[in-house]
Amino acid sequence: MSTTDSAERGLILHNVTIWLNGRTLLSLDATVRPGEVLTVMGPSGIGKSTLLAFVGGFLGHDFRAEGRILLNGRDITALPPDRRSIGLLFQDALLLPHLSVGGNLMIGLSPDIKSRAARRQAVAEALAEVGLDAFADRDPATLSGGQGARVALMRTLLARPEALMLDEPFSRLDAALRQQVRRLVFEEARKYGLPVLLVTHDPADAEAAGGRIVELG
Amino acid sequence: MLRLFPIAAFFVLIAPVAAGLAGVFLPAFGYLPVLGRSAVSLDAFADVMAMPGLGRSILLSLGSGLAATAISLLVVTLFVAGWRGTRVFAALERLVSPLLSVPHAAAAFGLAFLIAPSGFLFRLGAEATGLLERPPDLLIVNDRLGIAMTLGLIVKEIPFLLLMTLAALPQTRAGEMERMTASLGYGRIVGFVHGILPALYGQIRLAVLAVLVFSTSVVDVALILGPTTPAPLAVRILTWQQDADLAMHFTAAAAAVLQIGVTVLALVIWLIGERVFGFVCRVVALSGWRARGDLAMRRLAAFVMALSAAIVLAGLALLALWSVAGPWRFPDPLPAGFSLSTWMRMPGSIAAAFGHSLMLAGASAILAVVLALGSLEYRVRSARPGPGRALGVLYVPLLVPQIAFLFGLQILFSYLGFDGAFLAVLLVHLVFVFPYVLLSLSDPWWAWDPRYGHAVRALGRSPDIVFWRVRLPMLARPVLTAAALGFAVSIALYLPTLVIGAGRWPTVTTEAVALASGGDPRLIGATALLQALLPFLGFAIAALVAAFLSRNRRLMRAGA
Repeated sequence: MSTTDSAERGLILHNVTIWLNGRTLLSLDATVRPGEVLTVMGPSGIGKSTLLAFVGGFLGHDFRAEGRILLNGRDITALPPDRRSIGLLFQDALLLPHLSVGGNLMIGLSPDIKSRAARRQAVAEALAEVGLDAFADRDPATLSGGQGARVALMRTLLARPEALMLDEPFSRLDAALRQQVRRLVFEEARKYGLPVLLVTHDPADAEAAGGRIVELG
Repeated sequence: MLRLFPIAAFFVLIAPVAAGLAGVFLPAFGYLPVLGRSAVSLDAFADVMAMPGLGRSILLSLGSGLAATAISLLVVTLFVAGWRGTRVFAALERLVSPLLSVPHAAAAFGLAFLIAPSGFLFRLGAEATGLLERPPDLLIVNDRLGIAMTLGLIVKEIPFLLLMTLAALPQTRAGEMERMTASLGYGRIVGFVHGILPALYGQIRLAVLAVLVFSTSVVDVALILGPTTPAPLAVRILTWQQDADLAMHFTAAAAAVLQIGVTVLALVIWLIGERVFGFVCRVVALSGWRARGDLAMRRLAAFVMALSAAIVLAGLALLALWSVAGPWRFPDPLPAGFSLSTWMRMPGSIAAAFGHSLMLAGASAILAVVLALGSLEYRVRSARPGPGRALGVLYVPLLVPQIAFLFGLQILFSYLGFDGAFLAVLLVHLVFVFPYVLLSLSDPWWAWDPRYGHAVRALGRSPDIVFWRVRLPMLARPVLTAAALGFAVSIALYLPTLVIGAGRWPTVTTEAVALASGGDPRLIGATALLQALLPFLGFAIAALVAAFLSRNRRLMRAGA
């Protein structure tokens, strides 16, 4: 990828404005440095997920958007979603029920790692990183909510994204677990130097993220 | 009282099939006391095996059925994978229902008019190049490999499978899964295969198997487009059934059992294919192959999809053109003049058939809707309201080759002196109409918010009031659509009308198919067009009535 000088590293939303049927939904101008979290807050239905859709490349035809998205100096505004290198985490883990836990991670793992042994090794390491050693052969249906969230996180990280987008990722977890998973996600993002865009309606998420907070609506 | 509805529904779905299978298995093994035979023997099977070209007939049924099913499923899957949520998708989605309502026979005739050596495409080619003065001597329609027949099946099964896919997609979390796979860097098609297809295929599997069963034993399309020397197995069974020599009934019965075996073999091959495909998908998933550059494949899928729609629509246009064509010499792409004489001198038999079609389709659609509403309302008032597992039963008549159980049923009915009776034909129409009506009604029925009913019940009104005054009026549009679908299904039925009707209730469809061997393109065009227009008429009336009922109710117009 085109790494330029360090000033441009990170996720930059440059003068972004999104309209729906002629009505302005949101306007945002922000820079998220590697390892930083930008939290977007606000009640439901005011365009939080629209912002994620725009950054991720999933915006529907009804919307009109202006502005540019730069990721590590690369203009990704017009790229299709699969070429943006932005990892997504959802409310649900969305593990594929027909694959094992290890298989779900291999789906994330880059195809550049070719040999079976190396792929297994990478998956085992990823599982160990989140305290799920020896889970590779498990059926994802047998995982607890927290375990599923950790597998989903590692699946995303194994694809070597350059940024993370989190769409209310902790809201389905119960309170105790939420804190634990939240800490893990932010730690991992810092460790890999990923800029994070977090969308939430939970003030505790924003507080834990510790970064800049943008209120929409 | 309400309890009678599910019982009647179960009877309609199971009894004719069970009785029909019994009625074909017994004579196949030599047992048919009416004809004075009651000694169990395998003679009939020996007779079938001795029929010339039998192996080729079997291979034709097997090959064209498997090919038609696999290709139409492949096209639909690639198209949905590549274009879901786009404008291209929305545009083709709108064509699904009209294409689905075109009967198989009309689509097959249209295809023949398009691709035959004297057909439209060769005329265009001859006009452009000036090379041909006469239609080339090629066997394109009725080709020995059954390619035209397979093509005719594909263009009709694609809209059916697309419709089933569209209905199943909401249950697959397709939107989230697509974002998930895309964010991992997967191209649209492979992302769809990993994230959505497993859940989707589980939902449409019975419909796919029904397509396979239908395609391995189809008769009307085969009579129009299929090979003749020899014909596919199902066509030959029909010929033997209609033989004046009653001894041939035993041969036909044994051949019908053989047809069941051929269809089961096709199912087994398909199920093995499912496993192999699933295994390959898992291996590919574990390799992490992203398959990002899939735009060419996506475009190809959209092209094939649009082409299959264009083939059916062009076919319909050619039917219309032939029905009003005056002199039309090869290689002129258009007739030299137009005339209504084909329509004016239409034989009286077709007018009578038109009446029979209307009666059968109208009556079976209304009966099916009443039966479906009663069965659904019974489920609503049961201890555990919900669609339940009973929906699988709907597929029973669709998973048994028609030719097999209809023949058995005809033997049974003739024994009871019931064959050729209007009620008998109506009953077998209901067997095929009811599953589609209930499948179409089920989703909107259960999507209806039960709190409307709770609110009315809380006012002290009875469940009957809720049904008649709240639920039914609110669901008027889907109920009318289901009725129109049932009407369309009945119009298109060929084999049930022919076999059970004993020739006494010819419909537009049986008349049209009967013209296949005659070769008067103008009369074929007019009759097949009539056949294709009747379902449209049903849907148009349903839409008009729905619009009238909701004329001052804005929210009712958005619904379903």
